[in-house]
Amino acid sequence: MITYKAGKQPDPREYRLIFKNVDREGWDPSIDCYLRDGGYEDLRKAIAMEPKAITEEVKKAGLRGRGGAGFPTGLKWTFIPPNNTKPVYLICNCDESEPGTFKDRYIVHQDPHQLIEGMVISCFAVGAKVAYIYIREEFPEAAIILENAIAEARAKNFVGTNVLGSGFDVEIHVHRGAAAYICGEETGLIESLEGKRAYPRIKPPYFPAALGLYMCPTIVNNVESLCHVKHIVRMSGEEYAKLGVKNNTGTRILCVSGDVKKPGYFEVQVGKVTMRELLYDMCGGPKDGRSFKAVIPGGSSAKILRCDEEFTLKGKGPEGSDLKLSFWDIPMDFDSLAACGTMAGSGGVIVMDDSRKMSWVLNNINSFYAHESCGQCTPCREGSMWMKKISDRIVAGEASPKDVATLESVAYQIDGRTICAFGEASSWPVEAIIAKFRDELVADTSPENDALPHNPEAEAQRRFLQHA
Amino acid sequence: MSASILDQNVASEETPGAKFFPPFVPTAALEAEAEKRLAQFPADQKRSAVLPLLHFVQHHHGFISAEAIDWVAARLGIAAIKVLEVVTFYPGFRQSAPGKFHIRVCRTLSCAMGGSHELMEKLCDLTGIDRSHADSHHHPVSVSPCGKWSVEFAECLASCGTAPVCLVNDDFHEAVSADKARALLDSYEVSQTSH
Repeated sequence: MITYKAGKQPDPREYRLIFKNVDREGWDPSIDCYLRDGGYEDLRKAIAMEPKAITEEVKKAGLRGRGGAGFPTGLKWTFIPPNNTKPVYLICNCDESEPGTFKDRYIVHQDPHQLIEGMVISCFAVGAKVAYIYIREEFPEAAIILENAIAEARAKNFVGTNVLGSGFDVEIHVHRGAAAYICGEETGLIESLEGKRAYPRIKPPYFPAALGLYMCPTIVNNVESLCHVKHIVRMSGEEYAKLGVKNNTGTRILCVSGDVKKPGYFEVQVGKVTMRELLYDMCGGPKDGRSFKAVIPGGSSAKILRCDEEFTLKGKGPEGSDLKLSFWDIPMDFDSLAACGTMAGSGGVIVMDDSRKMSWVLNNINSFYAHESCGQCTPCREGSMWMKKISDRIVAGEASPKDVATLESVAYQIDGRTICAFGEASSWPVEAIIAKFRDELVADTSPENDALPHNPEAEAQRRFLQHA
Repeated sequence: MSASILDQNVASEETPGAKFFPPFVPTAALEAEAEKRLAQFPADQKRSAVLPLLHFVQHHHGFISAEAIDWVAARLGIAAIKVLEVVTFYPGFRQSAPGKFHIRVCRTLSCAMGGSHELMEKLCDLTGIDRSHADSHHHPVSVSPCGKWSVEFAECLASCGTAPVCLVNDDFHEAVSADKARALLDSYEVSQTSH
């Protein structure tokens, strides 16, 4: 019987697989604690299997990547060229930096051996003898915890040469990033691990599974995804796939922040909880005297949803009627959120109530992307900065209605025109907030601001003309 | 290679925090770190160790100086510019000394909604830091006149559910509303005198 620390009990609607040990009474990150709980038994099981059979189980499980894109993990693994003779690398993406996302933090701080076990199994499945945990610089304590955990695992022969007498060798190294969001993008991460600026590589040809780290086949998986692998081995792919809903299997951790009574993390079966259940039943509803206004459902890059929206889905109802879905009835899964024009992303749900001005929200998001654009592609480097400048003006009350249209046009000129998905990540929030809150943004502007100079040079020009 | 060319390109400024950090000199510990890190990569991929070595330097010396860049470049067998371009790219690396206690306040959406701007203002008030010249790209760090404190806005620290949050050196603090700023600073004042 597992008990949790006072005030940290999981919600009854939760299904704890990955977060089983988070906030658990008497739990600590040591290997002894992990072993007492049956730790590394799944590795013993896996290492007796054929590597290909593990990949098959992961495919059968239907596991989709938990980092943001939701790409099938098992399928990704099969992209390693079959006739490959180069070393294969596995990288754990622990750069958790999508605003609104805070799940990997708890895994690496409280349950590092779950990740290491998942990684060793995954390395065995894909034939990787060296793995790196690329961890964001802002988790300094976790980097130490992981290094210690790897040393503990090595001492027990779960890592190192001839793992558990199987003849399989694997080393895991911890590598700290340096506070750049773009390192969460897998090819940017690889460049960073090679000791360079994290400029993402263009795909094709640089699909990491074929041309990754040092131009060798490289599998990059999110922390949570790698942890799921361990549970898939334990349960079998078929049993795992019974969790969640069709094509959206297993559990995932939803991180709720912003304007709710009880923000926090909730591990649920994918698609088994609706927006209403999540925000009202699990998070306690809006703060007193407030009402919900808008929700970003999958990290700040995901398109915002209005809480009063109704979506018309593809396909037809029983009598040829339109299929309608209200915001509150959206199941929290990849496909449903995609059908509503947004994405499940990294599971970071940011909630805004009626006290929030959308121009302020937009400006905060724009500041983030302007700061984090790596600068490699012109539309993104220049565009993200311009979007921030324009939303700065809207917030300062210095914008004209035309600026809203300009802002929108800048966003659409970034989207789809960059090497990596940062272009979409930075422009989707702008596109969605303008599409859904245009009147509110325009109300913060005024036509006479058209005549305002917007920078010192323009101000100097204006003064000069006045004196002339 | 002399540091003189680099000196022209390294955006280092004197700050009151410098007195709390020893100037860069290659040490046995640094060399040991280099050997440990280089062992983690293939022999022909020494460049991969650049981030770990810069972290080590910054941790011990507060920031990355031209001398440190030169040393790292020579140790890894790469041109100094290849190290400098990494230093200038990553917001996690500094070219000037921060305060003895460097506070990074999360400014991204959930923390901003939770009051991180108010926290930043309060911290500046209490430590006498003037942030008027700060900008997120070129001058993100502001140091107090005494050099003991510095502040910087960080992008999402990945603890949105416990907003607002901040890092003080390597220590993480959550739910730090502005009214807790005094107690946060005091906890470091105390730990400082007790050492």
